[in-house]
Amino acid sequence: MSQKKRTLDAARKDKGFLASGLAPWAGFGVTLRTFFEKPVTEQYPFKGKYPPPFPRYHGRHQLNRYPDGLEKCVGCELCAWACPADAIFVEAAPNTADQRFSAGERYGRVYQINYLRCIFCGMCIEACPTRALTMTTFFELAAQQRADMIFTKDQLLAPLEEGQLAAPHPMVEGLTAGDYYAGRVIGPTPAQAKWVEQHRPVDPAASSPGPAATKGGPA
Amino acid sequence: MTAPDQVTCTIDGVEVAVPKGTAIIRAAEEVGIMIPRFCDHPLLQPVAACRQCLVDVASPAGPEGKLRAFPKPQPACAMTVTPGMVVSTQVTSPAAKEAQEQVAELILINHPLDCPVCDKGGECPLQNQAMATGRAASRFTEPKNTFRKPLALTPQILLDRERCVLCQRCTRFAMQIPGDPFIALQMRGANQQIGRFDPATLGFAVPPDELADQSLSDPVTPDGEPFAGYFAGNIIQICPVGALTSAAYRFRARPFDLVSTESVAEHDANGSTIRVDYRRGTVLRRLSGNDPVVNQEWISDKDRFGFRWQTASDRLTTPLLRRGGELVPASWSAALAAAAEALGQAAAVGVLPGGRLTLEDALAYEQFTRRVLKSGNVDFRARPANGEEAAFLAHQVAGTGLGVTFEELVNAPAVLFAGFDPEDEGGILYLRLRAAKTPVRALAPFTSRAIRRLGGTVHQVAPGQEAAFLDKMAQDPATEATAGTVIVVGQRLVHSPGGFSAALAAAKKHDAKLVWIPRRAGERAALEAGLLPGLLPGGRFDQAGSAGLDVNQMIEAAAAGKLDALVLGGLEVSDLPDPELAAKAFGKAKVVALNVRREEVSPYADVVLPVAPPQEKAGTYINWEGRPRPFPQVLKSAGLSDAAVLRALAAKLGFELTLAEPGQGQSALADLADLAEPSVRCPAPKQAPGPAPVLAEDEVLLSTWHQLVDDAAGLADEPRLAASAPAPVVRLAPDTAAGLGLTQGELVSVATSRGRIVLPSVIDPDMLEGVVHLPAKSPGSWVLSSLGAASGAVVKLALAASGTEEGEK
Repeated sequence: MSQKKRTLDAARKDKGFLASGLAPWAGFGVTLRTFFEKPVTEQYPFKGKYPPPFPRYHGRHQLNRYPDGLEKCVGCELCAWACPADAIFVEAAPNTADQRFSAGERYGRVYQINYLRCIFCGMCIEACPTRALTMTTFFELAAQQRADMIFTKDQLLAPLEEGQLAAPHPMVEGLTAGDYYAGRVIGPTPAQAKWVEQHRPVDPAASSPGPAATKGGPA
Repeated sequence: MTAPDQVTCTIDGVEVAVPKGTAIIRAAEEVGIMIPRFCDHPLLQPVAACRQCLVDVASPAGPEGKLRAFPKPQPACAMTVTPGMVVSTQVTSPAAKEAQEQVAELILINHPLDCPVCDKGGECPLQNQAMATGRAASRFTEPKNTFRKPLALTPQILLDRERCVLCQRCTRFAMQIPGDPFIALQMRGANQQIGRFDPATLGFAVPPDELADQSLSDPVTPDGEPFAGYFAGNIIQICPVGALTSAAYRFRARPFDLVSTESVAEHDANGSTIRVDYRRGTVLRRLSGNDPVVNQEWISDKDRFGFRWQTASDRLTTPLLRRGGELVPASWSAALAAAAEALGQAAAVGVLPGGRLTLEDALAYEQFTRRVLKSGNVDFRARPANGEEAAFLAHQVAGTGLGVTFEELVNAPAVLFAGFDPEDEGGILYLRLRAAKTPVRALAPFTSRAIRRLGGTVHQVAPGQEAAFLDKMAQDPATEATAGTVIVVGQRLVHSPGGFSAALAAAKKHDAKLVWIPRRAGERAALEAGLLPGLLPGGRFDQAGSAGLDVNQMIEAAAAGKLDALVLGGLEVSDLPDPELAAKAFGKAKVVALNVRREEVSPYADVVLPVAPPQEKAGTYINWEGRPRPFPQVLKSAGLSDAAVLRALAAKLGFELTLAEPGQGQSALADLADLAEPSVRCPAPKQAPGPAPVLAEDEVLLSTWHQLVDDAAGLADEPRLAASAPAPVVRLAPDTAAGLGLTQGELVSVATSRGRIVLPSVIDPDMLEGVVHLPAKSPGSWVLSSLGAASGAVVKLALAASGTEEGEK
């Protein structure tokens, strides 16, 4: 006979016959009590808004822009190189006078992240030399089709903020890629706005948030 | 004990014996010690420009031979090993390590930190060596030199001067290897930079930054020479930083994306080793391989940049069948059935497989022609040809295996070129000759650019008169001086009847070696496979069978309605001896074409069967030496090789072809040779040289050959390469020009009864009088198509009335 059994027997004897007889039913009291409490069940994902647990949560990626709207990504593929899961595919191309997407000579023409492969380790963020790639806290990644889990550049690009001009458009007059990197650009200039107006007279992306906002923006 | 020409030294405590004159850096490689370097290149003269290879050196000195150390670290690339030398590299010497770190820091003062956007990033010696033997941090915080970039050196080479570490590999390459000094060091001190030769730069009237904007509007010098030569692309590959980049490859991929395959270039008969880099099924660039016995580490720009023809927009993916006069896509079974019907019904069939075949495909063509079609009408020469050449090839070249090699040719006491230009028609052969300083002589009407840079002499011979010269040479008594000479005959010798016979006689008389160098990659393989009338695989002479028709006879017969069907491989109508007659012949006969793209012959075809380009099949080329050059399949492809298509076609006709495994053509050929009867060789051709033509007042002789970069089918879809070609001009003698009252640069018309070509003129004092020279197939100068004439023909020369008339294509 074990030590434990003997103690339990002793406890029963202490409580008396009635108390020890009803004890197994006492748990139902808890159930009964919660009948009258407010339910804590959340109707995810149909109701409410659910912030992730921490501000530095590793969620969906975002391709950032400079304040004038030019893309920060230079298509260097260091993110793809760093990726341990081989989830990132990038193809670069040269900027031209008519088609300038980023500061400097080179931009990422194709940018894809396969979220079926991504393990959200953040190595790509560490590798990015221009801080073009960062992670949002958006975690609701699900789709009906496998192909839909491969996010393309238009889905990953940061939405245009107030006043930003969608690429392509020229760089700020007289500034170099180095100036952009050093943070000397604070917003689009009138010359850039004029260029966009001349080259894309009807472009909703020039003034309002573009297609970037269509799929799951940051929470 | 070491051999007398060996020197023994000690590197990092390891004793090594190397040949006398070896640089320390090479001796260190022998014992597996990698000394960092930028300017050093095994095929270039040492210059010790970058100072990255500093090592500690001590050598025995004084009467007792006491070991004495040099006071400062010495460059390992420029110092040769001496007996008893003791070298301490960065591995064992803290001083050498410190020196190398400081040099690396110095080099990086002005080097931008743009590795993420630099094409070299990931395969960059500067990156690697800065990581391996450099400091982790720089003490320099000052702004770096910047230049506007990129500067176009040629249409396909871009220069980012701020990345340059001034190692001078590119300038030394240009000067020492091809002898095209198109770039040089300019300015001094911190402003020192690589630049093109142009008046603005040399005058220094403009601040260096202003020069960055120069676009390359005129890549050609006024006398029509290419600004940078045919080999400039090599400087991209040897640049140890990302200063020189390829415009076509710029920003297309990173090195770690690429899958590399060793292959063989398909553009000429040298069989240069190349490296093909592809990403996701698209070939992005080609680099030179390293093959010391063939192309060393260099390739021509044609081999480097000309690969997009294989994926051009007009690439065929399905068979085409003529229905109601139109070529329409069809299924394989329908197309093969139609082709089999056309060939099965034909009483007489001819086969022109073209000169770009692998050995395996050539063997399949041979079986298909002789066994399935039961015909002897086969000729691989889709170009001007004659019966004398066929007899010469069958007698002298076919089945002889490895003959004169690159090594033998470049080390010969003298080389004589007949009907062959070593650069335009030889490609990389020119670099080998120049590197070896081979004494060359050429039979030509003028000193071509190649002969001039080879320091050779020209025996001025009018085009078509080479036979007379060789015949005279054959009559001369042999001398000591001429023994061991190599006579190189090219395919242009067909324009001089009797030339091949005279070359054979001259070679015999002078105990000289004779080598035939074709232009196309597949001609030697086709010859070995027996794709000539009367020739069987392995060089056996078909005594019993009827000889069959050669290319000229086949076209004549087809035009006269005597051939019912033709099987055509990859060939251009405009390259055939008489394009007009060929077009007529192809129009008359039923034509089955095996094409990679919608080629020039496709419109004449009744059935077009798509075949795979070289990068989508494995095979073996045989280069002009007779050296098998097997190459693997680079890209995965659904495309079929010519051999596989012929097998399917033979199956429809009720025959089974036994194909050589791709890459195993050589052993298949050897098996065939083993089965054969004791070989009987074709007798040597004996033809007397023709008489010199008599010229009327306004008539001159036409000299023409293909420039290395021209309107060739293999250079399709590559506008940048085309832009780097020499401009087409008419080259003529001062007296001829004076007779016309012509000044340099004026438009001049070269005409025959067929048509005319109008091009700017260049007056060459070195030109033989009464001869004009035209490029054979350059923009505005398609000689065979426009004039219906070839080298040695009589043409009419006149001033073009005005500049508005264009040469016809």
